[in-house]
Amino acid sequence: MRKICWGRSLPERCARPRCMRSGRRRKHHMASALPHVRRSLRRSLASLQTGPDCHRAAETPRRGATVYADKCAACHGKQLEGNPAKGIGGDKLLGGRGTLASKTPIKTVESYWPYATTLFDYVKRSMPFNAPGSLSDEEVYSVVAYILSEAKIITPVEKMDATTLPKVVMPNRDGFEPDPRPEVQLYR
Amino acid sequence: MTRSIPLEKMLKDAILAYGQDGEAIRPEQGYPLRLILPGWEGNTHIKGLRRLELSDKPFMTREETSKYTDLMPNGKARQFSFEMEAKSVITFPSGEMKLPGPGFYNISGLAWSARGRVQSVDVSIDGGKTWYPARLDTVPEPISTVRFSFPWSWNGESAACYRAAAPMKPGYLQPDTRTTDGDRGANGPFGSVYHLNAIQSWAVAADGSVSNVHA
Repeated sequence: MRKICWGRSLPERCARPRCMRSGRRRKHHMASALPHVRRSLRRSLASLQTGPDCHRAAETPRRGATVYADKCAACHGKQLEGNPAKGIGGDKLLGGRGTLASKTPIKTVESYWPYATTLFDYVKRSMPFNAPGSLSDEEVYSVVAYILSEAKIITPVEKMDATTLPKVVMPNRDGFEPDPRPEVQLYR
Repeated sequence: MTRSIPLEKMLKDAILAYGQDGEAIRPEQGYPLRLILPGWEGNTHIKGLRRLELSDKPFMTREETSKYTDLMPNGKARQFSFEMEAKSVITFPSGEMKLPGPGFYNISGLAWSARGRVQSVDVSIDGGKTWYPARLDTVPEPISTVRFSFPWSWNGESAACYRAAAPMKPGYLQPDTRTTDGDRGANGPFGSVYHLNAIQSWAVAADGSVSNVHA
């Protein structure tokens, strides 16, 4: 008989994920009991069919603080202050509001980024640097909520999900203009 | 890197490149597949292309909002500045080379533009005070580089500053750095560096060593 590989080691399978709503451990969805497997499959397929906006599990900054400490702080700093050291180069994420028109502008998520959804997109696909794509959607929403909350763009209890995140208005939302070139004075 | 490219450009002359000079493109050039957008800022030429997605509006990715945008002195940032106007660079003698001594040197470089053909190239050997027409060594083609040269005799003085500018028909004048700083801002370490087509200058020291100068 061929052994079926579920792609996870046994200890990982035993640490069953918690339910996002109740916080209780989920039933062992990878167990061999067929009804469970079927139910699990149905759930996965349902989420695929509804597209990437299907994640209703809203995430708060509080949970994101843990994710941040685990996955981000090593490069971006405990206070989200960044670390420009060679070989690390984590961007500063906070501060810089009101500096864009000065001689020493500080461009951060807080001061410069025009859309909050860009943060989800970038973290989801590219972070953490050593393991891009490894965070679940819930983890990404939570850590995005944490960064936005530390930047005082949302409150510490606000929940971020596919509905609320696009509604966040970033401080520099209107700071961009389409390129007005050609610069006519350069033509003679 | 993820970038939004207007469909008009993709249908006009975009290239998905898998080879160069008879071999597969090299890893540092974006193996196995690279997007080439003739005449546009190099940062839009996505290396290691994974997928193309269609959208009815820009995706507003990290690169096209927070990174490859040019912050102006008034605090507003220019976005989606794609097309590079006339640009030129002297490749000989250039940075980190060392002239063995006073004498004849055939200055040589490349000029190009996203807007048609390079009509002529001017070279200055006194920091931009006077300009002389350079010789075009290759046939100018649209959105292509043209090789130019200019005979120069170095008298051994330090701070000889030479540069090349590519004036374009219908009359586009490649700006110097002072002009681009004035028009586009130079605030901060990353001021207007992404859309920089300013004239580039080299200076030669008394010992013959060549270095980049912002002049």
